[in-house]
Amino acid sequence: MGGFLSFVKKETLHILRDSVTMLIALLMPVVQILLFGFAISTEVNNINVAVVVPHATEAVRKAVSRLEANPYFTFKGTLYGSQIDETLRSGRADAVVVFAADYDRRMAALAAGMPAEPPVQLIMDASNTNTATAGAGYLQSVLTEGMAGFSAPETHLLFNPQMKSAYNFVPGIMGLIFILICAILTSISIVREKETGTMEVLLVSPVRPIRIIFAKMIPYFALSCLNLASILLLARYVLEVPMSGSVGSIISVSLLYLVLALALGLFISTIANTQVTALLISAMLMLMPMIMLSGMVFPIENMPGILQAVSCIVPARWYIDAIRKLMIEGVPFADVLDDFLILVSMTVVLIGVALKKFNDRLE
Amino acid sequence: MRMLRVLLEKEFLQFLRDPFLPKMVIVFPMMVMLVFPWVTTMDVRHVGVSVVDNDRTEASRRIVQKIGASDYYTLHGISDDFGVSLRALETGDVDVIVEIPDGFEEALAEGSSKRVSISANGVNAMKGSLGMQYLLQTVSATIAELQRERGGEPPTVPVVVQNRYNPTLEYRYYMIPALMIMLLIMITGFLPALNIVSEKEKGTIEQINVTPVSQFHFTLAKLMLYWIVGFVVLTLAMLLGWIVYGLVPAGSFGAIYLAAMLFVLVMSGFGVVAANYSSTMMQAIFGMFFFVMIFILMSGLLTPVESMPEWAQRITFVLPPRYFIGIMRAVYLKGAVFTDLWRDYAALAGFAVLFNTWAVLSYRKQV
Amino acid sequence: MNNPIISVKDLSKKFGDFTAVDRISFEVEKGEIFGFLGANGAGKTTAMRMLCGLSYPTSGSGTVAGFDVMREGERIKRRIGYMSQRFSLYDNLTVWENIRLYGGIYGLSRREILRRAVVVLNRLNFRSESRTLVGALPLGWKQKLAFSVATLHRPEVIFLDEPTGGVDPVTRRQFWELIYESAAGGTTVFVTTHYMDEAEYCSRVSIMVDGRIRALGKPAELKKQYAAQTMDEVFRTLARGAKRAE
Repeated sequence: MGGFLSFVKKETLHILRDSVTMLIALLMPVVQILLFGFAISTEVNNINVAVVVPHATEAVRKAVSRLEANPYFTFKGTLYGSQIDETLRSGRADAVVVFAADYDRRMAALAAGMPAEPPVQLIMDASNTNTATAGAGYLQSVLTEGMAGFSAPETHLLFNPQMKSAYNFVPGIMGLIFILICAILTSISIVREKETGTMEVLLVSPVRPIRIIFAKMIPYFALSCLNLASILLLARYVLEVPMSGSVGSIISVSLLYLVLALALGLFISTIANTQVTALLISAMLMLMPMIMLSGMVFPIENMPGILQAVSCIVPARWYIDAIRKLMIEGVPFADVLDDFLILVSMTVVLIGVALKKFNDRLE
Repeated sequence: MRMLRVLLEKEFLQFLRDPFLPKMVIVFPMMVMLVFPWVTTMDVRHVGVSVVDNDRTEASRRIVQKIGASDYYTLHGISDDFGVSLRALETGDVDVIVEIPDGFEEALAEGSSKRVSISANGVNAMKGSLGMQYLLQTVSATIAELQRERGGEPPTVPVVVQNRYNPTLEYRYYMIPALMIMLLIMITGFLPALNIVSEKEKGTIEQINVTPVSQFHFTLAKLMLYWIVGFVVLTLAMLLGWIVYGLVPAGSFGAIYLAAMLFVLVMSGFGVVAANYSSTMMQAIFGMFFFVMIFILMSGLLTPVESMPEWAQRITFVLPPRYFIGIMRAVYLKGAVFTDLWRDYAALAGFAVLFNTWAVLSYRKQV
Repeated sequence: MNNPIISVKDLSKKFGDFTAVDRISFEVEKGEIFGFLGANGAGKTTAMRMLCGLSYPTSGSGTVAGFDVMREGERIKRRIGYMSQRFSLYDNLTVWENIRLYGGIYGLSRREILRRAVVVLNRLNFRSESRTLVGALPLGWKQKLAFSVATLHRPEVIFLDEPTGGVDPVTRRQFWELIYESAAGGTTVFVTTHYMDEAEYCSRVSIMVDGRIRALGKPAELKKQYAAQTMDEVFRTLARGAKRAE
């Protein structure tokens, strides 16, 4: 046991001595959670609109001024019909509202229940499908407001009904940051020893190899716990995430996730022989699937079945799901039990495989 | 010139001989281009709907029944209090609220208007706005049906919508250029940084430092390698976009490659700067990683820049991918030309000059 | 001495409060094999890095091959060769590719590189290994190759930082034969080592203790001065008072 403790001490000192890395590892999550927590949101709340007015009658002017006054549109001025394509192409406007030259006549016909050509045409820049659908719906609603004899439904987009987007991404960011930082730290520190040959020296010592590995992971686990604490505090007091569920549950799920992340780092270190390879695997190859398949940005339920299946092996998916439920919906722990159990089994499998590979190498 | 040639030879030989890197340059884009576009689909199902029925007539019940029958929607109850439905929307159970006004049926019979109102949650733009569009169609069709039954004329649509550039509203087409950029960020940013730091750790860089090789030549040789790698990656990704998804740039290849050329220079210059300030792999990777995450999450690749708060939008002006994503989407989907986007090109060129000058200056042969 | 190729006066290097090299002065004559001795941490490597233009002196002055170490580092680099204690050829390039790279860096023509490579490889009995990756060679071979590559451009001075660390006595012997050959060809050799038997092979040696030069002269003179049988004894006498240890 004494040997084990002295290894833990050696590793701790090693980490503390590289103050630059320490600082980055502790500060990075803080900056990121603040930046992303406040900044990322998927709502469409600004649409740049330009208009084409061939014949400015009183009614048309009124319609235009309603567009100008609406806070969700930024009015980009009046165009000639020939400028529409260039304006949309260069991105100066997301939508162009084209009023017919005989707008008044067509409107009058519609009001009288007579058939007529549509008095208004909306030309949307549909390259961004989100802005296009949201914008078209909202523009239609504003333009048909107060039209007599017209009974189509009116539509509203409720923007941020309870300032929700401020913390919508917090669970996702947590899931992403923890696993990447932990996996990078552990895999690099172990592979580095392999590269410099000091691992050989450690392995001939009387301490069992498994203990050496655990000794390496303990200080990183402690470091990650510090990160967890700072992120939870920021989430609660700065981002004002409600933390409706029990804090104990949030912490226990998170601690489990940290262990899982360390185990993942350990696993990577057994398959990579150089630091570069370890980094490419842990930082590059993992980053994109983590962002895309964890449900952080793109809802898993929208994915095709096969990718939903693939997303099941992304640990962040289960963690983010559990944390979302616990933090925002405030469900009891029992409701995230399945997420928890999946994370437990992933941890067990990863540690098992990593240790097996590690021992195979020794023989 | 001769100096540059021998250094380039060295960089290419080392790259090609690496057991991992050349494979990654091929496999990574394939993985990204074949898998991720499917993730970013917009086929929304199970939109949560709550109906506020203030009318409680046969006509209003018809609307409710139509909504309940479609598998696009999950009906979360009918109330007569908008407040109740709004709270359900706030907790996230409901994405869209349909409110039927009192006297709806009566008005219908008279042929006058009492408008149904559809309110969607704007926070989840995908479910909210798409759900709203679906419901608009469902409700309009039902009203037309009701009006015909009562012997009236269905209402004429006063506004027609034309979706230009992407008439089928294929969200995937919007995301594919973004995925290409993510690829370029990862490959041409991380690889040069790792390359230089690994020379530092092995000590080979010190051997170079006692030779007459200038900072400029040494850095340039590395940049040129990743420049070519970037082009290979982009070309491969564009080929896959065409073969698998049938997406070809509406604009010119020249406009795309010019922007890509500048952007790869920006990213690899940035990688070299990060490496020059780091003495260990860990420092370099954490530094890069920090910025790469900001690049991916904040420059409009995945979520629109316009939905960020004002201060965050200001930050995006110093993120080079912001300009590249603008160019890529405009050229790829809208067929924009250089003159439409010269400001974005100028910004990228500015960053390229900045980071590469910085890269050369921050490399110290003598300390 | 009339025409020193290395001339150093009161050269110092400080890192914060720590004085790694403390006002050293010496001169090295063209064609000499100058042994730069000292215990680990005595400041040898720091001093050598200043002479090679890798590190700026904090104070003092010095010239190498006629150029100032403070201001003309890049010009010095054209005239010297350097081989550090850390093996520094590229592992994932072949023997020939490494030779071609460094030859090209010093501006030798392709033809000239090929000509000199043949000479070097024959000299080392490496002909058959020219297409082998350097990483696959045994350490002793790597060191000899590194030396040959560092002298390929026929530098005026070659700096060797503990070149024989970790190699067997036979290879060390062969390595010193290479050094002698080089010196006979007119190249000045500046070598740090802590093998005291190697110190005996040098024309002159200096011994550094705690950042300062404590003794300087021909090995025979120093042994006489300290009434010692071997350089090892001389060194131990001087190093006894050292405060710095690794």
